[in-house]
Amino acid sequence: MDWYPLYNSLRIAALSSILVFFAGIFAAYYSARLPRGVKGLLDVVLTLSLVLPPTVCGYFLLLLFGNRRPLGMLLAGLGLPMVMDWRGGIAAAAVVAFPLMYRTARGAFESFDQTLAYAGQTLGLSNSYIFWRIRMPVCRQGILAGAVLSFARALGEYGATSMLIGYIPGKTATISTTVYQLWRTNDEAGAFRWVLVNILISAVILVLVNMLESHSKKAVAS
Amino acid sequence: MSLLVDIHKNLGDFQLDVSFEADEKVVGLLGASGSGKSLTLRCIAGVETPDRGRIVLDGVTLFDSEKRVNLPPQKRQIGYMFQSYSLFPNMTVQQNILCGMRRVGKKERPALLRRIMENMQLTGLEAHYPHQLSGGQQQRVALARILASEPGLIMLDEPLSALDSYLRWQLETELVRLLERFEGTTLYVSHNRSEVYRICRRVCVMHQGLSEPVCDVAALFERPGTLAAALLSGCKNYSRTERIDTHTVLAMDWGIPLTCGTAVPEDARYIGVRAHYFSLCDGPGENAFVCAVQRVAEDVFETILTVRPKTAEPGRTTANIRIERPKEAVRGIREGDEVWVAVRPKDVMPLRH
Repeated sequence: MDWYPLYNSLRIAALSSILVFFAGIFAAYYSARLPRGVKGLLDVVLTLSLVLPPTVCGYFLLLLFGNRRPLGMLLAGLGLPMVMDWRGGIAAAAVVAFPLMYRTARGAFESFDQTLAYAGQTLGLSNSYIFWRIRMPVCRQGILAGAVLSFARALGEYGATSMLIGYIPGKTATISTTVYQLWRTNDEAGAFRWVLVNILISAVILVLVNMLESHSKKAVAS
Repeated sequence: MSLLVDIHKNLGDFQLDVSFEADEKVVGLLGASGSGKSLTLRCIAGVETPDRGRIVLDGVTLFDSEKRVNLPPQKRQIGYMFQSYSLFPNMTVQQNILCGMRRVGKKERPALLRRIMENMQLTGLEAHYPHQLSGGQQQRVALARILASEPGLIMLDEPLSALDSYLRWQLETELVRLLERFEGTTLYVSHNRSEVYRICRRVCVMHQGLSEPVCDVAALFERPGTLAAALLSGCKNYSRTERIDTHTVLAMDWGIPLTCGTAVPEDARYIGVRAHYFSLCDGPGENAFVCAVQRVAEDVFETILTVRPKTAEPGRTTANIRIERPKEAVRGIREGDEVWVAVRPKDVMPLRH
C-alpha cells in the first residue's frame, strides 16, 4: 500500500492548521476591538468559507492563484506553485478551516474577563505579556478546541483541494481525493482501506475533543 | 498625596461629568449602581480614555486633553482592585504577587515577596491557585499584589460587596488596618452608605454620571444638600416642597407646613426626613400632623410603620412616610389606626434637586 496520501494529508493539515491557528487568533483578537459596523462586515467575510460550498472556495482560489493570474505567476516564479502542487492544498485547507479557528477563538476571547487585562495593565505588565501569559492561558480550552476542529476540517478537506490541486498520485493525492479516485476506478478494496484510515484518525480527534471538553468542565466546576 | 480629577466622557445615552479633589487618606465615592463610579475609576487607571479633562496624581499629570498627555495604565502607578479581585487564575499566589513587582529590581524581589506574604498573612499559600483560596484570602492576595506594585493611589471598587455579612465585617476590619498603613491616597468606591461612613472621612457623591463636591462624611449624613445624596445616605422619606420663608416650607406631597431648623436655601426643591427621626406624639404641636397607619411591619430589632398623612396629595405614592421605631415605642398600633406624628425642626433637611 502506498502511504503517500496519508503523509500528504497530514503535512497539509498540519501546516494549514499552524497558519490558521495564528491567523484565526489574530483576527479574533483584533476584530473584537473594531467598531460594531466594521466588525459585522468583517465577520461575514471571515466566516463566509464556512457556509460556502468548498468547490466555490476552490473556484475563488483558482481565480487568485491560477497560472495566468498575477499572484499565481508571482508565487510560481518564487518556486511556490499553488495549482496542481501539494502546497496549494495548504491554501485550500486553510481557507476552509479558518472560520472554525476564528469563531472558536473569538468566543473564547469574548468570554474572557476583561478586568484581568485591566488589572495586569495597572500592575505594569506589558500588553504582550498580558496577551501571551494571561489571556491565552485563560482562554486555552477554547483555543485548543478551535485548533483541533480546524485540524480535523483541514484533514478532511476535499472540494476546494480537488479544484485547486487535483489528484496526482504521489504528488498531490490526499486521503479524501484518494478515496474518491479509488472508488471511481472500481478499486473498492483500496477505497475501503483509506476509509478505515480516515475513520481511525477522526475517532482519535473526537476522543481528543471530548477530553478537552471534560477537562474544561472540570476547570469550571472547581 | 493628592488626586485631582476633572473629566468628561460622552457615551451616547450616558454622560460622565466628574470633578473632585482627594487629599485625605481615604476618600469615598458613593453612588447607586450605574452612577458612573466604576467608569470614573477606569478613566483614572487609564484603561478608559475620557473625552476631555485632567487627572493629576501627586503633581504628575496622568491625563490632560489640552496638553495631549495620556499616560498608559502601566506608567500611572495606580493600584486598582476590582470587585471580583481579578487574580490571574492560571498563576499561583506567588506568581500573582510577583506580577506586581515589575518596577522592583530582580534582586530585591525575593525579600520583598517574603515581607509582603508575612504582612498579609499569606505565608504557606505561595503555591496555591486562586480557586483554592477563600474569599478573604483572595482579597488579601489582590491587596498584596497591589501593594507589591508600590502604587501612589489605591482604588478599591466595591471590595466587600461579593462577601456574606459575617465575612464582610472581618474583612472590613482588616482592610481598614491595612489602609491606615498605606501612605498614599485611597479611593473607596461603594454603594453602601454605612461602609463609606465607617471607612472614609471624606466622601464624593455620584449621581447619574455627575459628581457633587467632596464633603465630610458626617456632614453628608447631617446635611446631604441634594435629594440624590440624601437618598444615598439612607434617607427614606422626602417630599416636594415650596419655600414659604427662611425657616418654613410647605411639604406638598404630605400637604403640611414644616418648620426647618436650618435656613432653607432659595433653590430647595425637597425636604427629607430620616425614618428614625419621626416620632409618635399625643396631639397637635410643632411639626405634628395626623396620619393613617397603612402597614405595621415587625423588623428584627424595630418596627417599621408605613403611614400616610391625612392631608397627603391623593394618588401620590411618595407621600407615604416610613417610620422606624423601637418595638416598645409603637406597641399596640394596628393598621387603620390614626396617629399623630411629629418631627423636630432640626431633623427636617432641605434638599436641592
